[in-house]
Amino acid sequence: MLAPNDETDLAEAVAGAAGPLRVVGGGTRPIGKPVAGEVLSVAGLSGISLYEPGALTLVARAGTPVAEVEAALAAEGQRLAFEPMEHRGLLGTSGEPTIGGVVAANVSGPRRVQAGACRDFLLGVRFVDGRGTVLKNGGRVMKNVTGYDLVKLMAGSYGTLGVLSEVSFKVLPAPAAVAVLLIEGLDDGQAVRAMAAALGSPFEVTGAAHTPKGVDGAPVTMIRIEGFESQVRYRASALADVLAEFGEIAIETDPERTRAGWAWVRDVEPFHVLPGDVWRLSVKPSDGPEVAARAEADGLLYDWGGGLVWVLVPEGTDLRARLGAFEGHATLVRASEATRATLPAFQPEPAPLAAIAAGLREKFDPRGILNPGLMG
Amino acid sequence: MEMPVPSAAVLSKKARIVARLQEVLPEGAVIHEAQETRAYECDALTAYKCPPLAAVLPASTDEVSAVLRICHDEGVPVVPRGSGTSLAGGALPTADSVILGVARLNAVLETDYDNRVIRVQSGRTNLSVTGAVEEQDFFYAPDPSSQLACAIAGNIAMNSGGAHCLKYGVTTNNLLGVTMVTMAGEVVEIGGAHLDAGGLDLLGLICGSEGQLGVVTEATLRILRKPEGARPVLMGYRSAEAAGACVADIIKAGVLPVAIEYMDRLCIEVTDKFSGAGYPDCEALLIVEVEGSEAEIDEQLGVILQIARNHDPVELREAKDADEAARIWLGRKSAFGAVGRINDYMCLDGTIPVSALPHVLKRIGEMSEEYGLAVGNVFHAGDGNMHPLILFDANKPGDLETCEAMGAEILKLCVEVGGCLTGEHGVGIEKRDLMHDQFSGDDLEAQMRVKDVFDPAWLLNPAKVFPLAASAERRDFAA
Ligand SMILES: Cc1cc2nc3c(=O)[nH]c(=O)nc-3n(C[C@H](O)[C@H](O)[C@H](O)COP(=O)(O)OP(=O)(O)OC[C@H]3O[C@@H](n4cnc5c(N)ncnc54)[C@H](O)[C@@H]3O)c2cc1C
Repeated sequence: MLAPNDETDLAEAVAGAAGPLRVVGGGTRPIGKPVAGEVLSVAGLSGISLYEPGALTLVARAGTPVAEVEAALAAEGQRLAFEPMEHRGLLGTSGEPTIGGVVAANVSGPRRVQAGACRDFLLGVRFVDGRGTVLKNGGRVMKNVTGYDLVKLMAGSYGTLGVLSEVSFKVLPAPAAVAVLLIEGLDDGQAVRAMAAALGSPFEVTGAAHTPKGVDGAPVTMIRIEGFESQVRYRASALADVLAEFGEIAIETDPERTRAGWAWVRDVEPFHVLPGDVWRLSVKPSDGPEVAARAEADGLLYDWGGGLVWVLVPEGTDLRARLGAFEGHATLVRASEATRATLPAFQPEPAPLAAIAAGLREKFDPRGILNPGLMG
Repeated sequence: MEMPVPSAAVLSKKARIVARLQEVLPEGAVIHEAQETRAYECDALTAYKCPPLAAVLPASTDEVSAVLRICHDEGVPVVPRGSGTSLAGGALPTADSVILGVARLNAVLETDYDNRVIRVQSGRTNLSVTGAVEEQDFFYAPDPSSQLACAIAGNIAMNSGGAHCLKYGVTTNNLLGVTMVTMAGEVVEIGGAHLDAGGLDLLGLICGSEGQLGVVTEATLRILRKPEGARPVLMGYRSAEAAGACVADIIKAGVLPVAIEYMDRLCIEVTDKFSGAGYPDCEALLIVEVEGSEAEIDEQLGVILQIARNHDPVELREAKDADEAARIWLGRKSAFGAVGRINDYMCLDGTIPVSALPHVLKRIGEMSEEYGLAVGNVFHAGDGNMHPLILFDANKPGDLETCEAMGAEILKLCVEVGGCLTGEHGVGIEKRDLMHDQFSGDDLEAQMRVKDVFDPAWLLNPAKVFPLAASAERRDFAA
């Protein structure tokens, strides 16, 4: 295992690599085609290098534990607004999730529907490309259009274009209060319509999820409002009026229960203990129920107002074959190594896009040593 | 400003190129007479002008593709153009180039309120996107000051921002999909009404690529429901330090306004005279706007005004009705126009960490003395995106050069304090040769390799973004 402690060592390790490298942060998100190669751990590049609450900016080395970043932010009443999902429970992994891993997999959570994804909050990156060259793009300021936006390109590239050494974020104040509107008993189609009505209201819904099977077995639709106290109270009741036609509405404001409820959605908790493969569909929200129905799933969980559908199917199922054509894409998130070695984890792209992606990989990693094949 | 020597080979076959373009476009869509191509000789960076070989105005993605195939085949550089409001010379032609204008591509293709997206052709103006969804109380968030004129195509190419991006983000945060034609004429679809990318984030890469990777013909944009209301307050301060500290405290307090705009004395005075906004007599003025219902606004402004008072303001003015709100914004919105009336000016666009604001403003003041040119400052304070306006006299020999030298020094200062050369206007030709101050040779090489993938022959807007010397080998090889 290669375990550099700083960026210079990292660059040397990549430059000196004789064969494929399997890049890991905390190793908690083994998504994609299994990579045979020497492990390159970035965990040694750790620590927050700059945090200016007044400028809403945080810079950290890629191996910094997510928990450390979140704790530092919480101490100042701030947070990562994109609400990164934690994959350990779903994937049955252990280890310490790192901030670089969050970026490499562009990991977001329920608030993505309103605030944006990880890539939207990422201000800058430093990374080592496949030649072993240290590169930077973006920076630490909130608005920056200087040159091409390789920051976005690195987010979600799963270590196939470069090994991240440092990342900088725009952070946001954490609101004082939260309320969750709960509606029971909606079918998937009604739920998506209710969520669309909520998201199309002026009340800045920061979460809209639906489970056909809640903790006690009945369908539950959850809509989240955040802000200062009187604002949340006002918006929750105004929103309840908007949604009245969909059924009886309960409003939950207990901080611990609402936190746990959204962690349940964010981390796809209902599937943790159930056997089977887990897929993630990104679709046009109103298409969600219809596309999901084609999955003949053992379990479903809708987030992002229906735009993100978690699908549980028996091991080895080729879900794409069941779904046929649809607008969006399907990613295989949890499956055995054997399944991930045969079914493409990422949706195969139309030829022109696949050619562009291959061209970019060739430029950033001409030797093809960085997580080769992981994204297909 | 140095531009590449036009290709003699291309110039000599103008007649053939024009004839081929006329074959694939309707009558009137190919502009090639010298007196007519002049209309495309520059964008809003008017100090630099050069009529193109020809200009074309295709009306569909297929026509764009046909044009690009011909230009690719003939080895003709292509400069995409939206509305020509770039302040960086992004749409400046070269004599051997074809301007590909998307002004005729201005239709709304689909509005989808359930999924909160609109699909438009890229030549549609920014403001008319909001115009198309306003009846349902929706809007398109990025709001550059030029929104009446600028096109979505240019917004995507420059990743444009606006006064309200502190809350809503810039173009890239509100763009979900594009139809794009590569230089070889191939049509690609990226993204759509779903929220995230399937493979690599090519959408994020294309946004802000200044027309160098492909020609965008359609876009899927996120639309949002309008807030119930909005209200600005105006704050006058005796010093930049006080105003800067106030901004930092507001942000730290956890109430995030939708906009925090800053103006200094020169801009206050000039715009006040021009617009009659009735601004106070002070060194620094802030406009802070919050959104929500009446009660929500009251509560947020309560917190903000308390903070504002702690910094000893000269004046605090809360808008009591829509009229007063409009008056508070009036001066800010007409700032560029007002300064333009009294003088020629160059508008810079560097971003700095907000904590560096007082230091940078002080240094700009010193440079203004050194160079003997007045500077006005008007900018988005919440995110540190500065717009120093350097006043000069275009008719006075040497003044433009002095102004450019001073501008370069200010931008280098922005980089030095941890910021960047451009926050929303783009590099274009204007900041091209300063790129070495922000990036290493390796950093630039990595970016140029990206262009190699999309446009191996370097025909699309080739003389922009990268220092000419850095891109020379690639452009020469292509020619
Ligand atoms: C008074 C004034 C105020 C301004 N205020 C702001 C502001 O607040 N915020 C801000 O961000 N900017 C502002 N700008 C700058 C400018 O308006 C923006 O950069 C705008 O996005 C340019 O749009 P356009 O349609 O005019 O593009 P153009 O000027 O025509 O072109 C800009 C760039 O886009 C490329 N391009 C054009 N069409 C396409 C296409 N179809 N495909 C690919 N590339 C293409 C061009 O090649 C060029 O590089 C302002 C400009 C002025 C004059």
